[in-house]
Amino acid sequence: MTDTDDTPILEIDKLSISFFTQGGEIPAVMDFSCTVRPGEALGLVGESGCGKSTVALGVMQDLGRNGRITGGSIRFRGRDLTSLNAAELRRIRGNEIAMIYQEPMASLNPAMKIGRQLMEVPMIHQGASAAEARALALEVVEAVRLPDPERMLRAYPHQLSGGQQQRIVIAMALMSKPSLLILDEPTTALDVTVEAGIVELVKDLGARFGTSMLFISHNLGLVLETCDRLCVMYSGEAVERGSIADVFDRMRHPYTQGLFRSIPLPGADKNARPLVAIPGNFPLPHERPPGCNFGPRCDYFQAGRCDAAPVPMADVPGDDRHETRCLRHDEIDWLAGPVASADTEPVTPGDVVLSVRELRKYYEVAGSAFGTGEARVVKANESVTLEAREAETLAIVGESGCGKSTLAKLLLGLETATAGSITLAGEEIQDIAVEARDRGTVSSIQMVFQNPFDTLNPSHSVGAQIMRVLELFGVGNSTAERRERMLELLDMVKLPRAFASRMPRQLSGGQKQRIGIARAFAGTPKVVVADEPVSALDVSVQAAVTELLTEIQRRNRTTMLFISHDLSIVRYLADRVMVMYLGHVVEIGTTDEVFSPPYHPYTEALLSAVPIADTSVVKKHVVLEGDIPSAMNPPPGCPFQTRCPRKAEVPGDRCETEVPPLRDLGHGHGVKCHLSREVLDGMEPVIRIA
Amino acid sequence: MLLFVLKRLGVMLLTALCLTFVVFWLTNLEPNLEKLAKEQANARMTDEQVESWLEGHGYRRPLLLRYGEWVGGVVQGDLGTSSVFRKPVAEIVGERLGYTGWLMFWVMVVMVPSALLIGVLAGMREGSRTDRTLSTFSIASTATPEYVSGVILVVLFASSRGGLSPIFLERGTLLKGVATSATDSITFENFALPVATMALYGMGYIARMTRASMAEVMTAQYIRTARLKGVSFPSIVIRHALRNALIAPFTVIMLQFPWLLTGVVIVETLFNYKGFGWTLVQAASNNDIELLLSCSIVAVLVVLVTQLISDVGYVWLNPRIRVR
Ligand SMILES: Nc1ncnc2c1ncn2[C@@H]1O[C@H](COP(=O)(O)OP(=O)(O)OP(=O)(O)O)[C@@H](O)[C@H]1O
Ligand code: SF4
Ligand code: SF4
Ligand SMILES: [Mg+2]
Repeated sequence: MTDTDDTPILEIDKLSISFFTQGGEIPAVMDFSCTVRPGEALGLVGESGCGKSTVALGVMQDLGRNGRITGGSIRFRGRDLTSLNAAELRRIRGNEIAMIYQEPMASLNPAMKIGRQLMEVPMIHQGASAAEARALALEVVEAVRLPDPERMLRAYPHQLSGGQQQRIVIAMALMSKPSLLILDEPTTALDVTVEAGIVELVKDLGARFGTSMLFISHNLGLVLETCDRLCVMYSGEAVERGSIADVFDRMRHPYTQGLFRSIPLPGADKNARPLVAIPGNFPLPHERPPGCNFGPRCDYFQAGRCDAAPVPMADVPGDDRHETRCLRHDEIDWLAGPVASADTEPVTPGDVVLSVRELRKYYEVAGSAFGTGEARVVKANESVTLEAREAETLAIVGESGCGKSTLAKLLLGLETATAGSITLAGEEIQDIAVEARDRGTVSSIQMVFQNPFDTLNPSHSVGAQIMRVLELFGVGNSTAERRERMLELLDMVKLPRAFASRMPRQLSGGQKQRIGIARAFAGTPKVVVADEPVSALDVSVQAAVTELLTEIQRRNRTTMLFISHDLSIVRYLADRVMVMYLGHVVEIGTTDEVFSPPYHPYTEALLSAVPIADTSVVKKHVVLEGDIPSAMNPPPGCPFQTRCPRKAEVPGDRCETEVPPLRDLGHGHGVKCHLSREVLDGMEPVIRIA
Repeated sequence: MLLFVLKRLGVMLLTALCLTFVVFWLTNLEPNLEKLAKEQANARMTDEQVESWLEGHGYRRPLLLRYGEWVGGVVQGDLGTSSVFRKPVAEIVGERLGYTGWLMFWVMVVMVPSALLIGVLAGMREGSRTDRTLSTFSIASTATPEYVSGVILVVLFASSRGGLSPIFLERGTLLKGVATSATDSITFENFALPVATMALYGMGYIARMTRASMAEVMTAQYIRTARLKGVSFPSIVIRHALRNALIAPFTVIMLQFPWLLTGVVIVETLFNYKGFGWTLVQAASNNDIELLLSCSIVAVLVVLVTQLISDVGYVWLNPRIRVR
């Protein structure tokens, strides 16, 4: 770019933001600096609570009644935003700086047609007439690749799907061709394949309009795909800044290093190269340690030095604008591998413990809100067949509404099956609801839930809750015995025994999930169903909980059904993988088989959609059109046919008319697709390490 | 939608039948009939005379039969004759409802906009000084029943000895404490006090609903979206917040109508305004059976029609639950 004017678009210098509450001042952001140059995309990464959104709202000058900038400056094209009055701010907001945030449905006015919401922008800022504004709105809706723009403009937000809503929100941000776009976790609420489409769109539009971007995310992979530069935040501070290549491959801050080691990258393996969790927990804003904020969790901590005084940002010599907030960055041996826990032997799976045959679950749902219209059937599970062996981990992968949770509910007896069978250790349990199951069955199939916050009773101590479960399962003959067992379980999930008397609210998210695991394993179950057990947790805690779960499983030779939408973690810990789409099992096989060709076209797209935080990975580009159809109204023929990029490779209209059979490609690797053997064999790997 | 409306109309019919039957039964209890006979014929009648009067006027036939006849009459548009006013009931009810209609109309005209305005102003900046002042006012106004606020207003504006009138006028009062003349022609002087009395009471309630709803809407994400689009504060309030904030109070406003009926009874009696409420009181104290029955029908109609309007309006304001 031949840019003569190199005033940065956004220049944040030593910014501090505090919130003033009844409990006193909470410094949310401290001494934060960053620069976004014209046409540049800056990623802002960090765990939840580290202050990413506060920075974004600080830039927008919309911190609410109790938030205030307590120091530093925010310059937008050289003008200090903190000194603007309300009218000047209004001219900038939505015109020169636009912002997009996480929940698309909540960001659109539910009682206003999409068209009016879009048209408002040029009408306010450019004084456009309604007709001009409408023409522009049509153009932009087309630019964000929404079908039938005319109809979109006349629709209300609730009539669109989540992905379409987010495209509208993006369109709204682009209406006035802003020079800075702030995106705060724009895809977190969306499914992976929908996310991939949005990310591609944002990148294209950025390049087309030359928009600078501030991209906020907790997902390093996503930042790698979208940004040029990166700023890592920890507990209110920027700890490392630099180009993507520098920070990803030559990181100079122990926290950045820890983040990369705790996420499952393609090379990681639960036996040979396990994840390394960052020890400890994220400090709350008012409990920050003296000196380096990361000190208490840092492997390289030096007492008397790291905790002496606040650590300033320091340049990393030799790199382009690469800075780190670590005193010892030039002493640490950055190339040394992690102090690895001893390699573990792969476990050999035993006999079949759980077997599911042709399982179906249909829900009847009433018609409209006013009781008119006939009842409709939601086919949440269509003919699911699987087998799981002792000590094996079977991952169930798919996007929202694919029927993962329904399957879990059927296994647990929270719902009963419409047809088919579930055999657990030789006993058929598909028709027995959980209340009717005997103690042995209940304790031998247990669940770890996604949200540790909902599953604990807030008014009982953690120890009492575990002992209650033990009593239900008939473990131990006396309270003393159960107490002993409860303490052992706490040891097992690596919590101090003193936690037995704590209330759930006194625990962090990761600690609550450990209690959830302890409860699930209390009756030494044969099968544990883990429904997205770590997705509600912070990145640095996820690794620790994942490790714990696999370790306990390995020790007890438990069968684990690991439900997840995150293919990276699945590849890391699963032995076998089952991919679901709209209630169908579309592919099943060992992890290696599923992650390498031949693929089911959906698996192929899913693999390509998952962002991977590794600069050496080259991915084949498959982006799906449109959204996942509703399970209430599935397409005829192949469930994937509305979005399948390979449909044309099947002769005739078989994809539209015939549900493909689950074909065995050998060794039990099943693929539910009409594609011919030659096409399947000719597929290239999606992920390659360059 | 049509089906929904039809269902509602069915329910309305059924309720009207039940209620009128109860009223019919109550007014035909023995002591009430005796009182009626003495009033209509001769106050010093003997028991036998009462009996033969009742026999002669058909009051001794089976209750259900007579109720059936009355219903039959209503279906053909004949509401019967009032024993107090000695005129066809339809004529009385029509005329009196007209008077009350004017009262209601002016109450609504005064109450709804000011309540919404107060609610919106208070709710748009929650916790501000405006909010606190207006909220105190609305709580005070709902907490004061009509017979208290009515008397206070009369003393303030319509007393030649105390209140404000002696301060501004040599003689006479600022406003009239009696609204009887308003049945002929409505003037500010004779109508302001009854209207204000009724409006004050309902206003506080609607204002508080509006405020709560407005305050909630103002914290919604899409309001932030609008703010960050550069929409000015007044347009945010008017174009983005108002419609969403009005969904809840709208239902309340509609449910105020039935409440207004009871308010009408008190206020019309207090200010001697000869509308529907006043008539109802007359009919009840004189056991005027057919007039009372018609009044009950009117009451049921008012309650259910407003409910219907409130449901339909709710659906219309809130596109998310619009019936396809
Ligand atoms: N109780 C229910 N009544 C009606 N439909 C239901 C019910 N439970 C689930 N469904 C429908 O069944 C389908 C599969 O739901 P399920 O909860 O299993 O999806 P999922 O893969 O777990 O999604 P997510 O990842 O969002 O949790 C969805 O379309 C859902 O709307
Ligand atoms: S300053 Fe010290 S404690 Fe902080 S990150 Fe560097 S080595 Fe670790
Ligand atoms: S059957 Fe056809 S539509 Fe379905 S996945 Fe295979 S190629 Fe695609
Ligand atoms: Mg689910």
